[in-house]
Order: sequence, then C-alpha cells, then structure tokens
Amino acid sequence: MITGTPAGPPASAVAITGLRVEQPGAPHPVIDRLDLTVGAGEAFGLFGPSGCGKSTLLRVLVGLHPYWRGGISILGEAVTPRTPLHAGVRRDVQMVFQDPYGSLHPLHRIRRSLQEPLQINGIEDTDGRIHRALEEVGLPRAVLERYPHQLSGGQRQRVAIARALSMRPRLLLLDEPTSALDVSVQAEILNLILSVRETYAPALLFVSHDWDAIAHLCDRAALMAGGRIHRLLQRADLEQPLPETLAP
Amino acid sequence: MHETPLLSVRDLTIAARTMRGDEAIVRGVSFDVGAERVALVGESGSGKSLTARAVMGLLPRTLSMQAERFAFDGRDLRALAPEGWRSLRGRQIALVMQDPRQALNPVMTVEAQIGEAIDIHHRGLPRTERSERTAAILRDVGLEPSARVLRALAHQLSGGMAQRVMLAVMLVNGPRLLIADEPTSALDHALRDQVLELISTQVERRRMGLLLISHDLQQVQRFGDRVLVMRSGQLVESLAARDLANATHPYTRTLWSCRPSAQTYRTRLPVLDRSSDTWSEIA
Repeated sequence: MITGTPAGPPASAVAITGLRVEQPGAPHPVIDRLDLTVGAGEAFGLFGPSGCGKSTLLRVLVGLHPYWRGGISILGEAVTPRTPLHAGVRRDVQMVFQDPYGSLHPLHRIRRSLQEPLQINGIEDTDGRIHRALEEVGLPRAVLERYPHQLSGGQRQRVAIARALSMRPRLLLLDEPTSALDVSVQAEILNLILSVRETYAPALLFVSHDWDAIAHLCDRAALMAGGRIHRLLQRADLEQPLPETLAP
Repeated sequence: MHETPLLSVRDLTIAARTMRGDEAIVRGVSFDVGAERVALVGESGSGKSLTARAVMGLLPRTLSMQAERFAFDGRDLRALAPEGWRSLRGRQIALVMQDPRQALNPVMTVEAQIGEAIDIHHRGLPRTERSERTAAILRDVGLEPSARVLRALAHQLSGGMAQRVMLAVMLVNGPRLLIADEPTSALDHALRDQVLELISTQVERRRMGLLLISHDLQQVQRFGDRVLVMRSGQLVESLAARDLANATHPYTRTLWSCRPSAQTYRTRLPVLDRSSDTWSEIA
C-alpha cells in the first residue's frame, strides 16, 4: 500500500496508534493500546522487564509477528497486518537480534550470510557493499571465509550489524544487541552503533533492560510494562538515575 | 587472613592437550581466599571460570592442571581421589552458576532438590529435621517455604526466585567457600543487586569465603572486598575493591570505565586494544 506524497523524507520513522498485539492461544494481549512515534534519525529506547512486550513490538515492526491490529506507519508508509512490507521499505528496516549466534546460519560461511540480503534485493556490487560494511564494523575480510562458530560473540554481533548496515537502513531495530556480551565488548558495539548514527543517521529503536545503556545511547525512551507504555522519557529524564518506583 | 587461608593457590597452570602439544589456558595464577569476598574479574575467555572449575575439581578431562600449591583448608587437593572430591563438593565448597534454570533439575520440585542436597551429605537424617532444614534455608534466601514454593518446578519460578532456590541448595550443607560464577548475568538488571546483596549477606553471616566471578566491575566494587583481575589466562592485577576506581593496570582501567551511562551520552566509550589477541588470529 503506497499512500501519501513521496516527496521529502517522512517526519517520523515509526508512527504507531492504538496497537494491540496478540499471541495465538494466550488469554491476554501481549501489547495493548500502545501509541508511539519515533522521529527520523532519532535514537529511541524501549526499557522494561522481561515479558513486557518490547521485543514483540520490534518483531511486529519487522513483519515477524502478524497477529496485530491498529495503525502502524513505517517511514511514511502505512502497514497492514499479514501483508509484507513494500519492498523498498522492507529494505529500509533492518533488525539486529540479541543472540547473534541464533541469527546467523550455522552452516553458512559469513560471506553467504552477508551476500544473501543483497542478492535478494537485487543490489549490484555485492562484494563492494560487503567489504565496505566489514570495514565499518571493524572486521577483517578474512572473516568472510569463516563459520559463525569460529568467531567470538562480539565478532558475530559485528557481522549481524554489518549485514544490517549493508542495506543502508533508515530504521534500525536493535533487540538487546549487547546483553549477551561482556561489558568490554558491549562498549565496542555501542561505539559502533554511535558511528553508524554519525554516518547514516538511521532512526534507532533500541530495546534493552539495561538502563545505563539506554541513557548512553538514546535521545528519548519509553518505559514499558504489561504491554503498555508506562511513561515516556525525554533526554532530561534519562540524565536522572532510574527511580526505584519505575524499576521493572 | 590471619591463620591458614581457606583456599590457597600457587602457580596454577591449566593446559589443553592439542595436536600441537600442550597449550596453556591459565598460566601461573596464585591467590588466597579467606573468610572474605574475593572477586575474580576479566573478559570471556580470560580463564576465570576455568580457575573456579579447577577449585571444584570439575575440569574437563581434556584439560590438565598443575600447581605449586593447591590446598583447601590446608588439605592438598592436587592428588585428591574422586571420593575425596565428592565429600568436599557441596559440603565444603559450593558453586552457584550463571543460569539457575539450567542448573536446577527441571523435573524435581524445590523441596526435592534441597532434600537431595541434604541427603547426599547427611544420609539417614530424620524426615522432620530434613523439612525443618529445608524451610530454614528457604527463609534464609528470602523465600517463604509455602506449599506453592516447595512444590514448584524450575520452570514455574521466576529467574530471581530460581537463583534463590539455587543458593538455598548450595548453602543448605553449610559450605565454607562459595563460588559464584556470574550468578546474576542471566537475570534482569533490577534483580542483580538483590541477588548479590543476598549472597553477600549470607556469606558474611556464615563467615564463609566467597569467590565471585564477574565481568562487571561496578558490581564487584559494591559486593567484593578484594579483586583479582585476569586477562588471557594470567593474573594482571590484585587490589582492594574500594581502589578499583584508581586501578593502575590499563586493562583494569578500561574494564572499569567502559560501562555506558547517561554521562557518556554521544561519546565513545574506552575500549581495549585487541591488536595483540583475537583479531590477529583471524586476520
């Protein structure tokens, strides 16, 4: 579905109104009456305890969870449940998962994992794009011939980010990209995300249960609890330590 | 540590047998643990968990271990037979692991799980006393010994509750040294302090020794007395937890300052120079 005027960049990367998400078979909705707007180029954090619906929200946005109702528009295009995203938008939305080991095919060399999305989207000069993406995430080209199990956790997460970056996304969904990593490696990945912001300025939706990581990275954030947005936080709120009463 | 330390390790080396010969993974590590809280910190792969496993006598068979001294309460552990280890483990030295839901038996109730630990070291204990001990240890770890808790299976417990149960299983036989291997990294951030606070108070109340393995230096500063820093299988620094903010070794300094926070908004975090390790392996 293509609506609106194509001229000019959309004011918001994500606009959600009255979203209700269900899990087939579950008695209660996972997300209920959720409204959220993320501006173009904005880094937005989603903070909340396990099971509050923050990861589900990302899965809805990327089209992995079809059971929802409500209004969602991504990069200015309205989205319909159970309908694939328009190819252009699909390419512009990329996701990085918590466990990079689970998101890379164990029997495919890194080269193939990086090539596939480029080929599917008919992008020429795959080698050029791959080499550029590897450079951006600070990995040597030699990793292309490796399998995921031959890399460390931090290296695997860099590969996952390189794969997302190779599509030059305008919306990057990050689902706890550092929580499986050591603090020292987390610092490297957070620096990498900062460079990505500076170079490409995509909108970031960063899911984490680490308050400090959100305060480090995000311009705004939302506290989620029980499938709803409990409180919206501006940058000034993020400068404050997390109040006990809001802790999940 | 005025008298004999609980645990005394000198020049510990752990090596893997490979086709190219023995390759040392832990090299010349020496430390003592008394009735105090000692933290062993370092990145993944620095050898801290292997060191802890060696203390439990749980090294995989593919690894070999050597030490100048390796003693618990003055008793040499180097030549300890399997029976010796069995009487030591759980009774004298206990281990709390990272993910309680993986460490707990999935088909045993909380009550049976604690009961099993008691039976192993106190065979023939009267049933009433066994339940009394179970109830008491659950209260110690902050759980009400109600029927709901006693009959719960691991998957019915929240992460925080499961870790409390794990701790109860470990403490029920009154060990003198507790090894906690990243006991909170599988838990939500908000729960981490609670669980460590609990471990810390229990250790203090029971006048035990604690070997806390962690990669989070801020956490370690709050819950440790002394800190041992490991990198690539070697001990690079040993200091008091309160001095962590003024550590001298560059590795420790980076580990200390690489945590993100509101103050580091839009700035780059300090990172380690990896030119010497993993990267060169791949390039």
